[in-house]
Amino acid sequence: MSYIVGRTGNWEYVIGLEVHAQISSKSKLFSGSSTEFASAPNSNVSLIDAAMPGTLPILNEYCVHQAIKTGLALQAIINTYSVFDRKNYFYPDLPQGYQISQFYHPIVQNGHIDIMLEDGTIKTIRINRLHLEQDAGKSIHDQSVKYSFIDLNRSGIALMEIVTEPDLRSPFEASEYVKKLRSILRYIGSCDGDMEKGSMRCDANVSIRRSSNDPLGIRCEIKNVNSIRNIIRAIEFEAARQVRLLENGEKVRQETRLFDANNGETRTMRLKEESEDYRYFPDPDLLPVKIEQSLIDEIAKNLPELPDAKINKYITELGLSRYDAEVIVADESIAIYFEQAIKDSNPKIIANWITGELFSLLNKHSITISESKILPLMLGKMVKLIEDEVISGKIAKTVFDKMFETGMDPDNIIQEYSLVQVSDIGLLTSIIDEIIVENQQSREDYKNGKEKLFGFFVGQVMKKTEGKANPALINKLLKERL
Amino acid sequence: MSELTKLTISKALKALKEKEFSCLELAKAHIEQMEKYKKLNAYITETCDIALSQAKIADQNYSKNQERKLEGIPVAVKDLFCTKGVLTTSGSKMLSNFVPTYESTVSENIKNQGTIMLGKTNMDEFAMGSSNLSSYFGHVINPWKASDSSENLVPGGSSGGSSAAVSGFLAMAALGSDTGGSVRQPASYTGIVGMKPTYGRCSRWGMIAFASSLDQAGILTRNVEDAALMLESMMGFDAKDSTSLDVPVPNLMPACSKSIKGMRIGVPYDLMKLDGIDGDIIKMWQDTIDAMKAEGAEIIDITLENAKYSLPTYYVIAPAEASSNLARYDGIRYGLRPEGSEININELYELTRSNGFGDEVKRRIMIGTYVLSASFIDAYYLKAQRMRRLIYNDFNQAFTKVDVILIPTAPTSAFAMDDKQDDPVTMYLNDIFTIPASLAGLPCISVPAALSTNMLPLGMQVIGQALDEYNTLRVGAAIERLFSHVNFIPRGF
Repeated sequence: MSYIVGRTGNWEYVIGLEVHAQISSKSKLFSGSSTEFASAPNSNVSLIDAAMPGTLPILNEYCVHQAIKTGLALQAIINTYSVFDRKNYFYPDLPQGYQISQFYHPIVQNGHIDIMLEDGTIKTIRINRLHLEQDAGKSIHDQSVKYSFIDLNRSGIALMEIVTEPDLRSPFEASEYVKKLRSILRYIGSCDGDMEKGSMRCDANVSIRRSSNDPLGIRCEIKNVNSIRNIIRAIEFEAARQVRLLENGEKVRQETRLFDANNGETRTMRLKEESEDYRYFPDPDLLPVKIEQSLIDEIAKNLPELPDAKINKYITELGLSRYDAEVIVADESIAIYFEQAIKDSNPKIIANWITGELFSLLNKHSITISESKILPLMLGKMVKLIEDEVISGKIAKTVFDKMFETGMDPDNIIQEYSLVQVSDIGLLTSIIDEIIVENQQSREDYKNGKEKLFGFFVGQVMKKTEGKANPALINKLLKERL
Repeated sequence: MSELTKLTISKALKALKEKEFSCLELAKAHIEQMEKYKKLNAYITETCDIALSQAKIADQNYSKNQERKLEGIPVAVKDLFCTKGVLTTSGSKMLSNFVPTYESTVSENIKNQGTIMLGKTNMDEFAMGSSNLSSYFGHVINPWKASDSSENLVPGGSSGGSSAAVSGFLAMAALGSDTGGSVRQPASYTGIVGMKPTYGRCSRWGMIAFASSLDQAGILTRNVEDAALMLESMMGFDAKDSTSLDVPVPNLMPACSKSIKGMRIGVPYDLMKLDGIDGDIIKMWQDTIDAMKAEGAEIIDITLENAKYSLPTYYVIAPAEASSNLARYDGIRYGLRPEGSEININELYELTRSNGFGDEVKRRIMIGTYVLSASFIDAYYLKAQRMRRLIYNDFNQAFTKVDVILIPTAPTSAFAMDDKQDDPVTMYLNDIFTIPASLAGLPCISVPAALSTNMLPLGMQVIGQALDEYNTLRVGAAIERLFSHVNFIPRGF
């Protein structure tokens, strides 16, 4: 939990999030049209999507399965009876004049997600509901002075709206929640989580109060917060705005506000009094959704290992730190990489290399782990070479950089650049003796108690062997000879 | 008038098979009659060219002995069934330029059995009305006239063009749709048979929606057997409609000749005491009861306790659904769009909808919007839904004791065009006998059973159990036999 420091004292954030996650499905929620992103405008539009007279929606069962799967992953209750309602409002990119959603009886309720806070503790965020609904089309206003254009490709695409309780207490918690949710959706394949393409969008409900004992303050709903960074920016701005209002003796008005990513500010979209009456009622064109328990059981059985289970496994079975485990698990492609790399070498060391050297190189070159030339087996092999004392940790860094650069196998790199560790006692002894002869004074000082000079001698050996000397052996031999 | 137009469908099919005349001759006879009675205004769009080319194909099929079940039968299609490439208006200015690229399942079904489409029939705008007075395309005139007046009468509604066409021999059968009585009441007003099967029997795909939970396709014909024949082709599961019932289509023709001896006929006598029912209607009802008793049917007194709340229930639910169903007519993608490039989106909506919809449609959209609003949904829409359930339960209760229920179709005979127009509530009362079965989704048929004292046709209604079209038709056919001595052809036709 973090506080907002105001002029008159501290304030607490209270945040709830509504995430719209586009379901990964080849066809739309109620029609057979394709959901292909970036198709030519109005090319993925059926009679149903355009709401032609007399056409009727037919529920896409696959989308229901995706919602069940997601509900299970959120450890929620799957309602075996749910109903589609119409949410009525006029908008040019809403062809039916209503959105088919689930208002009174959602398909999923009462789930939760655990997030890790800054201090490493775990916090549970309750999820009130997940329901299925249709996406709207897109209005395009910048193509003509006179007209707006409508693209209905997105019209009717299936969304899951996932709504939390107001459990989040800081912008950090909000962003961790979204990251965790995205990770889960990606693991189970129900949404690609691509916020840039709009397949995951977020609205934030923000209010503030003096302390946890106070009742909830008046909230504002911030729309259009479509990246992790903007979630933090929008909430920070909005909460600061509310603090300013309250500290100046003014009131917060309940309203819907729009986040402007260009200047990081929120501005009034509509007041509560202006908000539409959506006249929700059950859609008479669709039957209630009845789900057999056997279907839920079947989907549960085929659910992949979820992020939290993986994190626990990494900590308890593989001995990883919670930090490393969280970081590796957050992105499934990294977890897969990790699991391939540890096949015959030490998981902890592999994890260190991934979260340290590999991440920093990936960042530096702005590429993803799947684009890296270092294949998981190569990393495993390299770590094995360290464990077998074929190369030193120091040399390994050189090998690692070469692998990243060239994609060559570590064995070949060691061969080609003669990087094999020198563990020949005779050779090392003669080098050490040479160094002692060249540095008589330092040897005297060392013997008279200047123990720090031991490091100097190690450095000299490394220098003469181009860093390839076996460090453990150097220590042992130096102690004998000095 | 050619005698060909007077044939029943069964007789025409037999004659066509025996090459007594050709499909082309049959189609031409109807086209001639349509020309002669254009003043009835039964059709919004006549499709004579389509009819003639379909008739030629039908003749070829007969000559190859490959005729289908309804090969060569000229029919009319209510203008709310979308017909591919043919103007489909739903009686509204809003869709006065709308040509669908797709065909409704029901019209497709009968077309696949060889019917010939003569045209698209007039109707109350978006099927909202009991008189055909709300059509953008003008009133339809009932072929019937009272013996004591020369005034033009309404043909009933909303399938008024269909009823006038069948009654006036402008088509052998006509597709209709029934939301609160829109097939049965016009059938009663024009002396023909009108049947609506169980909700879900006919696919709603391609039927322009009024109230989705009530809308059901129906058929208007000149006798019960023809209705059975048409329904066998119209009904059937359709994956394109989620509310379509996945059950086999029964053979209905045998029902039409089966005796009703031993059948249990329920009569809700308490409804006889309702205000506003003509003496002629009560007399027909009683005569029918007596005739059925004589046939060996058992008459059982039943109560439909909540039927008296049907009207207010219907006039909450239907407008609620309509207000949402008609939201798609916004001027953006098809249909009417007002001229003027300088208008903003809200002005576009306002101009489109205020120009495109007539008064009755606007009235129902406003009622529907009101009863669904956050402040009133509990008091109106949700309460009406509970009442609908009670009415449904009443029927279920009654059907533990009886096979079918017998009530009149309408409380009066056809009224004159300038009557009742000013008061929508009086107009709504017309539906008092048809709405209960609509709310319960039950199969029901209106069969002409008497002439009023001023010689206008009156219809009796049979309501069957869900999916029991068979017994509904069986009793309907019995009524037809019992009153076969009455002439139900409008004078002059």
